[in-house]
Amino acid sequence: MKKRVRILAYPYVVWMAIFIVVPLFLVLIYSLTSGDIHDINSLQFSFESYQKVAEPLYLKVIGDSFLLAFISTVICLILGYPVAMIIANANPKYRSLLLMLFLVPIWMNFLLRTYAWMSILSPNGIINRFLAFLGLPRLEIMPGNVAVLLGMVYNFLPFMVLPIYTVLSKIDKQVLEASSDLGGNRVVTFTRIILPLSIPGVVSGITMVFLPAVSTFVISGLLGGGKTPLIGDLIEQQFLFSRNWHFGSALSIILMIMILISMAIMSRIDKNGQEEGGKAG
Amino acid sequence: MEMGRNLIEIKNLTKRFGDVTVVNNISLDIKENEFVTLLGPSGCGKTTTLRMIGGFEEPDEGQIFFEGKLLNPIPAYKRNINTVFQRYALFTHMNVFENIAFGLRIKKIPKNEIEKRVKRMLKLVDLEGFEERYVDSLSGGQQQRVAIARALVNEPKVLLLDEPLGALDLKLRKEMQIELLDMQRSVGITFIYVTHDQEEALTMSDTIVVMNNGVIQQVGTPEDIYNEPINRFVADFIGESNIIEAIMPEDCKVAFDNVVLDCVDKGFAPNEPVDIVIRPEDIRIVTNPDEGMIKGTVRSVVFKGVHYEMIIESDAGREYMVHRTIAFPVGSYVGMNVQPFDIQVMKRGDPL
Repeated sequence: MKKRVRILAYPYVVWMAIFIVVPLFLVLIYSLTSGDIHDINSLQFSFESYQKVAEPLYLKVIGDSFLLAFISTVICLILGYPVAMIIANANPKYRSLLLMLFLVPIWMNFLLRTYAWMSILSPNGIINRFLAFLGLPRLEIMPGNVAVLLGMVYNFLPFMVLPIYTVLSKIDKQVLEASSDLGGNRVVTFTRIILPLSIPGVVSGITMVFLPAVSTFVISGLLGGGKTPLIGDLIEQQFLFSRNWHFGSALSIILMIMILISMAIMSRIDKNGQEEGGKAG
Repeated sequence: MEMGRNLIEIKNLTKRFGDVTVVNNISLDIKENEFVTLLGPSGCGKTTTLRMIGGFEEPDEGQIFFEGKLLNPIPAYKRNINTVFQRYALFTHMNVFENIAFGLRIKKIPKNEIEKRVKRMLKLVDLEGFEERYVDSLSGGQQQRVAIARALVNEPKVLLLDEPLGALDLKLRKEMQIELLDMQRSVGITFIYVTHDQEEALTMSDTIVVMNNGVIQQVGTPEDIYNEPINRFVADFIGESNIIEAIMPEDCKVAFDNVVLDCVDKGFAPNEPVDIVIRPEDIRIVTNPDEGMIKGTVRSVVFKGVHYEMIIESDAGREYMVHRTIAFPVGSYVGMNVQPFDIQVMKRGDPL
């Protein structure tokens, strides 16, 4: 029985090996070499690409990427938590409908959604035409970081709401009643019961928003107009246009390491948060 | 134990969920230091009544008074009442100490005072040394004790308990019944206890309130409820019973199946149809059928531990449940006798 089940996993293991482990390994090799990528004999071990990453120009790109991802994650959290609460507290009859309404945008193609934002925000877009119609000054946010943030928040908000909603909807109503029974008003019940119990959802929401946000390249290209290149754009550029696969690979490895570090920090916060809830609550 | 003045007065309380009237116009007084049990089958409105006292449901009609003051507009968190919930509802992200201290911390009680009171509670519920444990790592019985301690530490005037022992196994339940009673006596506060377990109600209560379909059927001491059920529902719900449709030809006589028995009830109209209750343990069996008021044949014998449960079919074809410590063989023809005061006469209600 056990053996059979294991056999079922083989195709997946093979898949993983061919399409994930091998490419990752190649990326690592490219990042640590220089020379013509099409000619194996010309490849030489080199830290050149990593030295390039350390140049101020590129460090700024990485910094900008993390900053924008951080800001959009915070905005998603601030917007998403109340939404998740509202859905979780809604009448069960309408809960799934509400959730679906909220998730419908995800069903549409990511690019389409971003193009839609372009036509709304662009200098001759819907908003500006409406403002012009009213005789008001133009809104000049696109291209720019504000438009990029808007696009990121819009695209990634559902990934914040879903995990928080899942955790909130699992909290036993009787536990909240117990809090008010013991003298806790709404504020106390929220800060000492609901919030600490929802930390795991918040942590996975932050992870699920921060990761795609930090590595995104379409949003910044389309809505930011290349004003603030992000690390994702830079990697795309290296592979598709500059043809510098070594540098692109080095950037990818650096991004991966930084993501792994931030995930490790998040899981630490998750654990601490729960323990602290126990002590402080 | 002394019971004083009324602590809670419930007047014409009604609660509807949609079209269903869950609690229908009930009135009830609960005294200080009283152990009151709301008893009834599931869906009878007992838990809803409790939740209205606790402030978790708003009554549609009627008032609840607490120490003479109207309780209706006061939110749950401002009521000097605490609850032990059915599923305990402990805070899983806190340890035992913090669970119990929760109410005191909200009241901003000084730290050393909190420490003292929590320790005292842990001692009362026999959980000393469990302060640092997380509630998930505790057994059902231990979680139950934490829930009780968490409520009692606030020194409420009233403790509401919603089927608190329902999730425990039989042996633990019996132990906890005794412990709860001890606690109630030692802290001297009013307990309002909800259960569907009639034995639990009989064991623990000063007063039992039997409910069915949102209506109070009978209020009385366990002895009253058991010995003098007011109607067929109460008789049937509390303990085993033989319920017989009879008429009262005159005071102190009941007639059915061509037998006339003496009883002690008066005040019914001549030939009024009534229901009578005879508890299985109140029927005595004699080997000589001619010495019995009712004659019958033993149809089955089941050993129940303390006693044998026998079904005896009378000559008129009626089956009687009889509890005796001595078994009579199946098929034997015997006589049955009932003492007049063991026959409880009730007004005829709706057939069950």
